[in-house]
Amino acid sequence: MKKICIVGSIGFLMYAQYYGLVVAPSDRMMGDVYRILFVHVPAAWMTMLFFFFSFIGSLLYLIRRQPRWDHLALATAEIGVVTNGLALALGSLWGKPTWGVWWTWDPRLTTTALLFIMYGGYLMLRQLLEDPERRAKVAACIGLLIFLNVPIVYLSVKWWRSLHQVQSSPTTMDPAMVIALRLNAFALLGVLSVILYHRLRLARALAERDGAESLPPPLVASGGEK
Amino acid sequence: MNIVATFRRKKFLVVAIALMAAALAYVLWGGLEQNLVYFVTPTELLAKGKPAVGNPVRLGGVVVPGTIQYQDNILTFQIKDETHIVPVVTTNTPPQMFHDDIGVVVEGSLQADGRFNAERLMVKHGNEYRPPQEGEMPQEIYRELQSGTQP
Repeated sequence: MKKICIVGSIGFLMYAQYYGLVVAPSDRMMGDVYRILFVHVPAAWMTMLFFFFSFIGSLLYLIRRQPRWDHLALATAEIGVVTNGLALALGSLWGKPTWGVWWTWDPRLTTTALLFIMYGGYLMLRQLLEDPERRAKVAACIGLLIFLNVPIVYLSVKWWRSLHQVQSSPTTMDPAMVIALRLNAFALLGVLSVILYHRLRLARALAERDGAESLPPPLVASGGEK
Repeated sequence: MNIVATFRRKKFLVVAIALMAAALAYVLWGGLEQNLVYFVTPTELLAKGKPAVGNPVRLGGVVVPGTIQYQDNILTFQIKDETHIVPVVTTNTPPQMFHDDIGVVVEGSLQADGRFNAERLMVKHGNEYRPPQEGEMPQEIYRELQSGTQP
């Protein structure tokens, strides 16, 4: 079953990529370079979606205090950081031929880079805290706080003047391109879901191992220690 | 746990949290007037009058059709908003999408003679994606300017 999920999701992603690269028409202004959209946009969507899951995990941990919600917050933040980096890198590659620059400090780009730094910082910070319960508590608070930037990233192109275009909609895109975009978004979601499942299992296994290690109370002399 | 190690860890934690809070604060409130105005329009630039001359700024607008001239590696064109026009001079090679009626953002400064000297030229692409119309070759629309051909 697990193997079927892995092979199936990768197969679907390959089909979606084929659809985006071959079946969808080229753009009349940008030619073929616009096809980077079929990875760039799904990666950006998944970033926002997985950071939202991380927010939910943080919130539920603070309410319920169950390690599994902490695991969810961690695993989704890790995946979101990867797709966030992917969206930034691909956006840069797309920016050079269309805008003429690899990078500019426009509101959308700046807030997205900050998002990457914030969640990267969140993951680094987790490494610094050894006590699982304290780590989960601190991380959950920060997970709630930094999620505030996600709606800012989404709305940045509407609030402020930017070089980055505003969101496209099915009315501003050719129908075949819309299909290709949706296929790729769901395909990426599928692959990331499989990764998330395995990452959660790993997190649980690690927590169990660490829990088992600390179960027999360590023989530390009480007091008087120099 | 060693007290010194605990203290170091805590200090590091405080610094990490402070950094993240600062980043967030910067996004939320940091210089809303200045940093978040990514570019000014020709009307806004010209309204500043003399003080605008020589000050580096980003200027955004639409390329006035028929004003693009490319000679001896110097590109001149005009950009406009609803009411005002600013002539632009640059030695930059424009991106391939550059043509009449497209949105552009230029970085540079206004000169005393009223021309805008652009050190960087960026093309703003809209959110529209359409297949080429019948008989259109995307490669022809999307062509190089470097050879000196008029778009």
